[in-house]
Amino acid sequence: MGRLNRFRLGKDGRREQTSLSRRGFLVTSLGAGVMFGFARPAAANQIFPLDRALPGDGAFEPTIWCSIAPDGEITVNIIRAEMGQHIGTALARIIADEMEADWSKVRINYVDTDPKWGLMVTGGSWSVWMTWDVFRQAGAATRTALVEEAARLLGTTPDRCTVANGIVSAGTKQISFGDIVAKGHPSHSFTPEEMAKLPLKPASERRLIGNAEIKALDIPAKTNGTAIYGIDVKVEGMVYARPKMPPTRYGSKVRSVDDTDAKKIKGYERYLIIEDPSEVVQGWVVVLARTYSAAIRAADALKVEWTPGETIHTSEADIQDRGRELIKNRDGGVYIFNDDGVDQAFSSAHTVMEQEYTCASVLHYQLEPTNAVAFEKDGVYEIHAGNQWQSLILPTLAKALQVPESKVILRSYLLGGGFGRRLNGDYMIPAALASKALGGKPVKLILTRSDDMQFDSFRSPSVQRVRMAFDGSDRITGMDYQAAAGWPTGVMAQAFMEKGVDGKPYDQFAIAGGDHWYEVGAFRVRALRNDLAEKTFRPGWLRSVSPGWTSWGIECFLDEVAHRQKKDPAQFRLDLLTAQGRNKGEAPDSVGGALRQAAVVRRLMEKVNWGKTTLPKDTAFGLATTAGQERGMPTWIGCVAQVHVDRSTGVVTCQKLTIVVDAGTVVDPDGAKAQTEGAALWGLSMVLFENTEIVNGMPVDRNLNTYTPLRIADTPEMDIEFLPSTEKPMGLGEPGTTVVGPAIGNAIFNAVGVRLRHMPVRPADVLRGLQGS
Amino acid sequence: MTTFRLNGRDVTVDVPDDTPLLWVIRDEVGLTGTKFGCGIGMCGACTIHIGGRATRSCVTPVSAAEGADITTIEGIDPEGNHPVQQAWREIQVPQCGYCQSGQIMQAVSLLKDYPSPTDEEIDAVMAGSLCRCMTYIRIREAIKKAAANARGDASNG
Repeated sequence: MGRLNRFRLGKDGRREQTSLSRRGFLVTSLGAGVMFGFARPAAANQIFPLDRALPGDGAFEPTIWCSIAPDGEITVNIIRAEMGQHIGTALARIIADEMEADWSKVRINYVDTDPKWGLMVTGGSWSVWMTWDVFRQAGAATRTALVEEAARLLGTTPDRCTVANGIVSAGTKQISFGDIVAKGHPSHSFTPEEMAKLPLKPASERRLIGNAEIKALDIPAKTNGTAIYGIDVKVEGMVYARPKMPPTRYGSKVRSVDDTDAKKIKGYERYLIIEDPSEVVQGWVVVLARTYSAAIRAADALKVEWTPGETIHTSEADIQDRGRELIKNRDGGVYIFNDDGVDQAFSSAHTVMEQEYTCASVLHYQLEPTNAVAFEKDGVYEIHAGNQWQSLILPTLAKALQVPESKVILRSYLLGGGFGRRLNGDYMIPAALASKALGGKPVKLILTRSDDMQFDSFRSPSVQRVRMAFDGSDRITGMDYQAAAGWPTGVMAQAFMEKGVDGKPYDQFAIAGGDHWYEVGAFRVRALRNDLAEKTFRPGWLRSVSPGWTSWGIECFLDEVAHRQKKDPAQFRLDLLTAQGRNKGEAPDSVGGALRQAAVVRRLMEKVNWGKTTLPKDTAFGLATTAGQERGMPTWIGCVAQVHVDRSTGVVTCQKLTIVVDAGTVVDPDGAKAQTEGAALWGLSMVLFENTEIVNGMPVDRNLNTYTPLRIADTPEMDIEFLPSTEKPMGLGEPGTTVVGPAIGNAIFNAVGVRLRHMPVRPADVLRGLQGS
Repeated sequence: MTTFRLNGRDVTVDVPDDTPLLWVIRDEVGLTGTKFGCGIGMCGACTIHIGGRATRSCVTPVSAAEGADITTIEGIDPEGNHPVQQAWREIQVPQCGYCQSGQIMQAVSLLKDYPSPTDEEIDAVMAGSLCRCMTYIRIREAIKKAAANARGDASNG
């Protein structure tokens, strides 16, 4: 009932919602506790627009990625998570454009886990980039098969047919895609090799890719209460659960549990001590109750004594000191670049500049706290939850439950924010194990906000040491970049780590950005894995991962060098973006190399009238530029931040962000802008408004009373421009985050001459700098 | 037993008096458009209208709703076409969408008090509504668009 019907019945989801509330009235007025089912059977997936259903019998499915029904409805299967990027709409445009589909017939279907989909992950700003070729080929294959069958039906040959907007025409005769499927029998299937050879449309003939008029298919449901997130799932007979969190992330052991007071809470049922064979969840106790509010209170009332893990007294400073120690030690770490001549450049240098930059821990605070519904049915565990990396957590869940992977299925829902938090699906494990302990009974486990923050998989604090060697004429002859942090990929997804030039595995998401595109002579980049960080917490991938903090070191340092050399910081960068050697780029992902980053900087300078604008006192521009997320998928981006510094309070106000992006082909122009707006404001939030600190082994902040992300009044004016391009599309979910922090840091220096090397920037640090200068 | 009007219908529930209204609306009545974010009234995701005023349902005990007239996101317009909802779609405000029910409920309330709001008024009234996707630029724009639509401005397009 409910959700299924809303998808299956009627064109008007609103009416269904109304009848749902009427039924809610009738039943609750009788005092009965009846569940309204939102959890769906396997056949009813998340589909947008909401009034559409999956195709019935007789649909033509030329590849696993799409099907065309006899009524002309086109279903595009989306294996990525929807967490605000409107990814289904973006990907469906790619396949529909190549297919020449009628966009009004297109619906998107967010699928559940199945081995046939391959790697299910949504992160790294990868989705469009990784799907671009696959979906264009699938669209071309579909078009080819439909045209062949249309030609047969129209009594002609495929080469005499044209196709546009879902209609195949030959002379005066024409037939729609739906009728081709209804009246004919298109059956042509393609091998991957054949698909790869199919001719693709030239950029000039695209109608949906790059079309700014197309609206996101998932947005209407997000304006009227009908969008269903993991936390909205309901299953007949389910019990509510809230975990009671141990004092350390790892190694805490339950000594005793006393539920005397919990029993006084109406609706409390029992507690469970979770034993997790996958060892992800250690020392958790789960409280079960008939309602979630009872579970919240019962967990508060439950008395648990633990023997804490060894990190019970670890602090943020301890972790950062460990990072410094690792950097100081010449042994260890992994070399990403290690050019010949680095040591010689430094030993023979006329001048050496060296600085340390640090960044604090940052929490995800995705607005929907982590949650999952789990139950067992016919020997299969169903986990209903929003998640970004199903392929990663599914084997862990199987291990935790001690069942084969084929006995676990994850059902997809909308995510109330991802930002990397839901790449780590650890929150599903206690729900699954609680259900198992209850014989497969449905359990809905929700972390309260404080539970969620305490056990966030947050962004590790980091230390960067940046050194540069100069000859007698201030020419850069060498650079040595080192960074230490907890490695999320090292902890959670070792198989995905890349290999350094020394053959050793390293976490690219804990060093990327350090491997920049500037010409700096002999270049060394070394990544250090902070073992104390990894013992203390479960480091996570957080929006923009390492480029969100390596840029703070690289881009602030370059500004420092430019100022020391009395050069314009923008021109200084242009002089280094020469696209020589490894920085010349390669097809198809980085055609043009560093010259494209230089083009972005030039356009930015034009836009803000760089160097020719007079701003009021204590107000200035600052510039930063990066290659986005990773060298293999560069999104060239630059930002000029305009800030004002209040000398009496030390408060920094960002007045305007001007951003220029070259992301190659932009598939969804409005979505690209929205992602860049959000990403850039995350960058602003992390430099001026939010951070946490590890105290006694845990992040000290537990809610918005002390954790203070950017709010509407802090939002500056923004001007975002995408450079026109027909190159392969790169990612856009994160690059905006990378540039704002250092642009702000550099602007503060330009405004009041205070150089800050710790992120976030706090008013007290600014005041200290002002007093010292 | 507590009785109140929810989206124009009488509802009676039998839950402890101190149960937050949020969980009553979501789990007892079954309307899940109202969201749980912080649980301490500081994020705005749980915003509903009680007697026409924006209220944080996560910190409102159900006993306080006795006899009250309550509206949730599902009830502000029978077809989901309140001018604010329309503006939200026109401007393509939502990203993940999780906070947007609360944002819309707060914005509807704002426009009752300030039919032609300035940026400062928008910032002041919307300050309690956190959007973690940071759709703030569009929230400002959509509120102004909704105001213009409601006034029937020529720009209403």
